[in-house]
Amino acid sequence: MQDSESAPELSLPLPPATFHILLSLCEEDRHGYAILQDVSRRTRGAVKLGAGTLYRSIQRMLEQGLIEETTERPVPEEDDERRRYYRITPRGMAVARAEARRLAGLVELARSSGLVPRRV
Amino acid sequence: MRFYGFLLRLYPASFRAEYGEEMRRLFARRLREANGPGDTGALWLATVLDVAVSAWRTHADLLRLDVRYAARALSRAPGFAVTAILVAGVGIGAATASYSVLDHVLVRPLPFAEADRLVDLWENDTLHGYGRTELSPANYRDWKSASRSFEGMAAFTNTSVNLAGEGNPERLDGVLATPDLFEVLRVRAALGRILTEADGRTGAEKTVVISDGLWRRRFGGDPSVLGRKVLLDDAPHVVVGVMPPDFRFPARSVDVWTPFQFVADDFADRGDCYLKCVARLKKGVSPEQARTEMRLVAARLERAYPKENHRIGATVLRLRDEMAPQARLLLVALFGAAAGVLLIGCTNLASLLLARAVGRRKELAVRTAMGAGRERLVRQLLTESMVLAFCGGVLGVALAAAAGPLVTRLVPNALPIAENPPLDLRLLAIAAVLTAATGVGFGVVPALRACRDCAGEGLQEGARTGAGRSTERLRAALVVAEITASVILLVTSGLLLRALWKLQRTDPGFRADGVLTMRTALPSPRYEKTGVRQNFYDRVLAQARALPGVSHAAYITTLPIAMTGGIWPVIPEGQPDNGDAETASLRFVTPDYFATLGIPLRAGRDVSRADTGQSLFVAVVSDSFARRYWPGENALGRRFRFGQAERTIVGIVGDVRVRGIERESEPQVYLPSGQVPDGSLVGYTPKDLVIRSSVPAGTLVPEVRRIVAREDPLLPISDVRSLADLVASDTASRRIQARMLAAFAAISLALAALGIHGLLSFTISQRRREIGVRIALGAMPRDIVEMVLGRSLLLAGAGALLGGLLGLAAGRAMQALLAGVRPADAATFAAAIGLAAAMTAAGSLLPALRAVRIDPVAAIRAD
Repeated sequence: MQDSESAPELSLPLPPATFHILLSLCEEDRHGYAILQDVSRRTRGAVKLGAGTLYRSIQRMLEQGLIEETTERPVPEEDDERRRYYRITPRGMAVARAEARRLAGLVELARSSGLVPRRV
Repeated sequence: MRFYGFLLRLYPASFRAEYGEEMRRLFARRLREANGPGDTGALWLATVLDVAVSAWRTHADLLRLDVRYAARALSRAPGFAVTAILVAGVGIGAATASYSVLDHVLVRPLPFAEADRLVDLWENDTLHGYGRTELSPANYRDWKSASRSFEGMAAFTNTSVNLAGEGNPERLDGVLATPDLFEVLRVRAALGRILTEADGRTGAEKTVVISDGLWRRRFGGDPSVLGRKVLLDDAPHVVVGVMPPDFRFPARSVDVWTPFQFVADDFADRGDCYLKCVARLKKGVSPEQARTEMRLVAARLERAYPKENHRIGATVLRLRDEMAPQARLLLVALFGAAAGVLLIGCTNLASLLLARAVGRRKELAVRTAMGAGRERLVRQLLTESMVLAFCGGVLGVALAAAAGPLVTRLVPNALPIAENPPLDLRLLAIAAVLTAATGVGFGVVPALRACRDCAGEGLQEGARTGAGRSTERLRAALVVAEITASVILLVTSGLLLRALWKLQRTDPGFRADGVLTMRTALPSPRYEKTGVRQNFYDRVLAQARALPGVSHAAYITTLPIAMTGGIWPVIPEGQPDNGDAETASLRFVTPDYFATLGIPLRAGRDVSRADTGQSLFVAVVSDSFARRYWPGENALGRRFRFGQAERTIVGIVGDVRVRGIERESEPQVYLPSGQVPDGSLVGYTPKDLVIRSSVPAGTLVPEVRRIVAREDPLLPISDVRSLADLVASDTASRRIQARMLAAFAAISLALAALGIHGLLSFTISQRRREIGVRIALGAMPRDIVEMVLGRSLLLAGAGALLGGLLGLAAGRAMQALLAGVRPADAATFAAAIGLAAAMTAAGSLLPALRAVRIDPVAAIRAD
């Protein structure tokens, strides 16, 4: 577990669930169920997070300062008050960028080894 | 849905409280969205998997967090942490090390298949009060054929042999056994074969099975040793097998096993007893049943041979129970002491944790107020205790391992087990659990109580009585328990030390200092003739006496203490031989033996070179021998039948403790070496060389080795040591045990002092304000010191009284170890209680000073 002040690179590599949650929260603040749906939609159903994995990840990400709970409700009148919304922090953003760079680097490496077809 | 609720219980409570409700809703929604039973099934399967993995991980997350938190909390209180770890470590270490020996020697089955069915058989000679004596071949044969309780029965006797050829001659411990010994023990050879019945046939080629140690040491682990001929006591033996490394029988020093080849003559004399007997009980037969049967068998034999077997019974003992009861008691006492140290350690730890819990009430209250659930707090405190217990355990293992070499010396030589007890992990686990339980019981529970009491009040200023008082009472009880235990340890170790001192002051009957001893056993048939041996002794002794600094030199059968047996019946002149004669120890000596050992010649003369097989058979006897048979008369010139011949007493010498310092010995009879009959009493031919000199052994030994090698280059020299070492070895295990016990007592004393110090410091910090008020109202420093000391004296008095009583009981229980020191030995008790008082004073000093220095203004204002 990294300190919330350390360089973003020190948190890498991220567990896949964490990265997916960060990606989902990059777009907008979401509650738990919305995150699950979003991840499933983005990956065309390939990644289906379980509730346990989701909330354990959320707990850790809160501790690491990657996300925070928010009291603002996007559309207050049509929302269940018991729902908790999560928002990505600047640090979470930085860590997600670092992870994306790391993954891109890996893909580049794979491409130069001929494992991935070059885009034309 | 209910099942999902059950699944959620797998998560830590704090996690459940935080996310449980949301997870439940989320799952319910997914369930609603599922299409058809297939979808629902898949969802359930995925959910169970998800919960299993993430619940476990959440616990791990929490543990990591708590360990970090505990490490931080402990590093903020380094004094507490170091003390707690030391206390736990010393206790765990002591208990682990001593239990390892206990378990190794007394508990664990011997390293043979179904070892609980192995028993030793002995004759018992109730007439002379010997519980265990060896068998004659004739009685062994008859026991074996008449008994039904055993699957197999084998006989053996310990020997030593000279191994010559291929390198330096070497003296080896060996065993002569009936070939079925290996079958009875159910062991196989690692290489080659074990002895078979054919090896035991009269006239068969001589064979030998060797130990793994000898094979590696002497033959470089070469498998081609099988079939090779080696010279044992000058006779060629074919090596037929090598035993596995863990085979030790009957003792770990044995290197060669050779078969008995009995001839008819061997069965002629039922009084010639030299066989030990080991047997395997049939399945389902208990040692008690075998004992009953053997008693009947022995009674039948007594009726058949009323003279030879007069009052000869049978003793059946489990192989495991062969150990002397004294050695067993010492080990148990040692373990008891170690358990005491562990207990004191735990008590101390409990006391420390209690104080800490009270000290942290405020911190815990703050965290409760900030929303930390009870479960989180318990978990954290638990983790902290576990971290302490774990560190203590690691330290304990290190200490136990470091104590290894010392502990090894407590493993008796005479058992067929390894020298080094394995560090016992089971015990380690028990000790660790005990420490952890202490941590939980005394760390978490009071902390919880404290934080329940003070969820609100804890934050209030001045809230410090309530929980503090009852905690203090509990701690006071713990301190009394500590003092009690350490007084018990002091008393018992003091008694053992007194016994040791008493034994060390015991006069063995000879002057041990300045005497060098070594063994040069003369093998048959080269030295079968007495004349040949006499020539060897003459030449070696003459050259030895000529060495600078040497005043006397002589040969004897075997030195006292080195061999304790060798007893024969005595039939004084004019008395009938009706089979119930009393016995005396038999030794053959060369002239000058008594002068060499400093045994006083009371009357008559020493044996002489002129005493030969052709002259009158003479004997020199000990004081007690003369007194027993001719009380108040002059024994010189009296005659008695002993050792196959009629002897005439020509000299009387002082008594010697042949059986060791701690035991009474039979009277002694010394016969001249020139009167050993040719080819008979082979075991009694003199082989121990003793030299009294004023020069250090270091310069003498090479000279003597040269002399012996010049006379016979094939003769090995073994057992080179000073007589003083031999005497010291007799009390060696006692010395180690007394020292270990004393060390345990010292540790427990230090721990108890720590406990008193901790308790008083705590009391004073709790009562700071009260003391401040007293000082402000005019109390003198003396009053304050009296108040503090009065309390510690009360605790110490209670502990000392209780400890004294229990110590007395413990002393009674180990009376057999005390060599005549009374369990209520006043000096020991005075010393123990004095030490406890000094320890109390030491523990109270700093807190008392601190109390005196309390600044009343600051103390009152602080609240």
